[in-house]
Amino acid sequence: MASSTGTFQRTISALVQDKPGVLARISGLFRRRGFNIASLAVGRSERPGMSRMTFVVEGPDTVVRHVAAQLDRLIDVVEVHDITDQNIVWRELALIKVAAPASSRGDVLELANVYRANVIDIGVESLTMEISGGRQKIDSLIELLKKFGLLEVIRTGRVATLRGTLVEGEDDGLFQADASNPTYILPIQTGETGSV
Amino acid sequence: MSKHLSGSQIVCEALLNEGVNVVFGIPGGAILPLYGVLSQYPDLRHILTRHEQGAAHAADGYARSTGKVGVAFATSGPGATNLVTGLATAMMDSVPMVAITGQVGRGAIGTDAFQEADITGATLPVTKHNYLVMRASDLGATIHEAFYIARTGRPGPVLIDIPKDVFTEMGEYDPDAPIDLPGYKVPGKADESQIDAAAELINQAERPVILAGHGVILSRSFDELKEFAEKAQIPVVTTLLGISSFPEDHVLSTGFPGMHGMAYASLAVDQADLIINFGSRFDDRIVGDPKRFSTGSKKIHVDIDPAEINKSIQVDAPIVGNIKDVFAQLIPKVKKTTHVEWLRHIEHLKAEHPSLRIPESDRLMGQHVVKALSDVTKGEAIITTGVGQHQMWAAQHYQFKNANSWLSSGGAGTMGYEVPSAIGAQVGNPDKLVWSICGDGGFQMTMMELATVVENSLPVKYAILNNNHLGMITQWQGFFYNGDYQAETYTGNPDFVKLAEAYGIKGIRVTKQDELESAIAAANAHDGPVIVDFVIEKVDDLYPMIPAGQSVQELIEDPN
Ligand SMILES: Cc1ncc(C[n+]2csc(CCOP(=O)(O)OP(=O)(O)O)c2C)c(N)n1
Ligand SMILES: [Mg+2]
Repeated sequence: MASSTGTFQRTISALVQDKPGVLARISGLFRRRGFNIASLAVGRSERPGMSRMTFVVEGPDTVVRHVAAQLDRLIDVVEVHDITDQNIVWRELALIKVAAPASSRGDVLELANVYRANVIDIGVESLTMEISGGRQKIDSLIELLKKFGLLEVIRTGRVATLRGTLVEGEDDGLFQADASNPTYILPIQTGETGSV
Repeated sequence: MSKHLSGSQIVCEALLNEGVNVVFGIPGGAILPLYGVLSQYPDLRHILTRHEQGAAHAADGYARSTGKVGVAFATSGPGATNLVTGLATAMMDSVPMVAITGQVGRGAIGTDAFQEADITGATLPVTKHNYLVMRASDLGATIHEAFYIARTGRPGPVLIDIPKDVFTEMGEYDPDAPIDLPGYKVPGKADESQIDAAAELINQAERPVILAGHGVILSRSFDELKEFAEKAQIPVVTTLLGISSFPEDHVLSTGFPGMHGMAYASLAVDQADLIINFGSRFDDRIVGDPKRFSTGSKKIHVDIDPAEINKSIQVDAPIVGNIKDVFAQLIPKVKKTTHVEWLRHIEHLKAEHPSLRIPESDRLMGQHVVKALSDVTKGEAIITTGVGQHQMWAAQHYQFKNANSWLSSGGAGTMGYEVPSAIGAQVGNPDKLVWSICGDGGFQMTMMELATVVENSLPVKYAILNNNHLGMITQWQGFFYNGDYQAETYTGNPDFVKLAEAYGIKGIRVTKQDELESAIAAANAHDGPVIVDFVIEKVDDLYPMIPAGQSVQELIEDPN
């Protein structure tokens, strides 16, 4: 999705070796190449010894289109997919602590209900809810809660995966890349003769 | 079968198993345990340099000139940081190297201990990969992995940092343990569909040009390039680092384009209808303004590194693969053709834009020196250079006949490369004639390595193109800063002949054109190192020139 300033966002999913210093290699690469990380989520993957990272990177299209190729050059990066143009489903999570004295508690709870947010902690003057979903949904809940008094907002990065079926789900904020300028992933054949 | 050895012994045995027989380095506290076992391994020759930068550039010169992985040793802290320029130079030019550095003991890491430096952190951007090895039993596998990474795919430098107590720890070494690198892909043969798409463009082209980059040299595809070019009769333009990938006395040889390249080469690239790029990254010194680079041509880009495709220039037919394999796939699919008209046009461009005119002057000019070197050595020497005007004159006026005989810091542009790179080239090629074409500026950045030359009886010939100036700076200040010359004049240069003599090296001074040939012949005949101080005119007109970021439309061929 192109913003008014001509910056583009791309969503990249990478499987990386779970070794010390891997994050430093990746963040160093991003800094050197001028890629700006809008969000990052890291955690153990289904494969032992491997972590999965989901990045959202931002920048001019000509720059961010090279993120996946540059990441793939890192020895510790095992697999990388630029899934921006793919049929993906993605989620972010937010914990929102909002003022909720008895006078407004009912309204706050009703909003939480409408947005399918779960209340996970209640105090005398405040409550904390969790919400997951696309960015717009989270943004708009936060916006609506502002008038009650936001005490703390904690948001994760985006996690994304390819859809298992071709059925479109609810609008979860799938980003559209510039279709006139498609990225292609180049096929590489690995051969024994690779040494030079 | 696994062996029980000390960390230091594992390092030496693993190096020997990688075929290493020479390393360049300087000892220090943290790496002393490794030096402590060197006497057990007489097949591992250690060359003591005077500065770690010299060790790194010597390993680089050795690697470029032999195709083997160059190895440098340094101690922790300042020893390791002194390697950084050499690693950056090798990284920019994709040179296979392994650097082994000592580190403070494991327990002291992270405590700002004496001579501690986070060298794996510091060298992240200037290495292909690096390691901090925390167990002696991991050393063997790490070293084999490091060599594999350094020499395969797009080659590059790898650094291995080893804490002092890991050298002394006992551990297991299994030389046959398999390498496990799930995230490392080495492109070999290219996808057939990419080859077909490229072959079709080649067979249709009327005005094709080959752009041969460093990748041709790194993949040792000299014969293949020649066969390909001859079969389809396509003129060959090289990049600066592609020089000596194709014999320059060949009819199809069409020089090198770009900022200080031959006008006819830049014009050929501009007028082509197809550019076939083998292993060049479309560097900005060639491309200038990407929007105006050879706008009328389709582009084929063959590169082993997929990240280079479409990085600076959008291409029509990308091919990802090892250039040697790609040639084997492509040559049978390319039709025999003649391109008579286009080749005639190229000949016409060469005649109209000679570019290599040597100024008519009674005085001694840099171009005279290089031309004489080329003539006297018949274009058959290994040439290393520094960075500056002398480098460009060397590239322009030396006619390279032998494959892989040009060693120059292209990507990083590292002054000082000239002195130690020649050491590495001579060590790797003891029977070949090695001439280092030096700037008086660059020479003084690494001239402490003359002691290394003497100590190892290396017959390197140093040609200092002594203009008493940072000539390239003079030129840029004249051109881009209205002649406001600052910090480009040397008034304190040493007497280089006396300097040579102080090292016990033969010194010769040349001040006139008619002394050139005899002095060069005398240097060649001398059985040992020689420094020739060529006292040349300071000039600020190294031409042709395409100012940075411009295109062939702004090419200044020769204003005089
Ligand atoms: C290590 C380093 N420092 C600074 C520069 C910038 N620089 C490029 S060319 C040049 C002048 C080189 O002078 P010299 O070695 O005498 O060569 P000349 O141009 O005179 O032939 C300088 C300072 C550089 N390339 N490398
Ligand atoms: Mg000079």
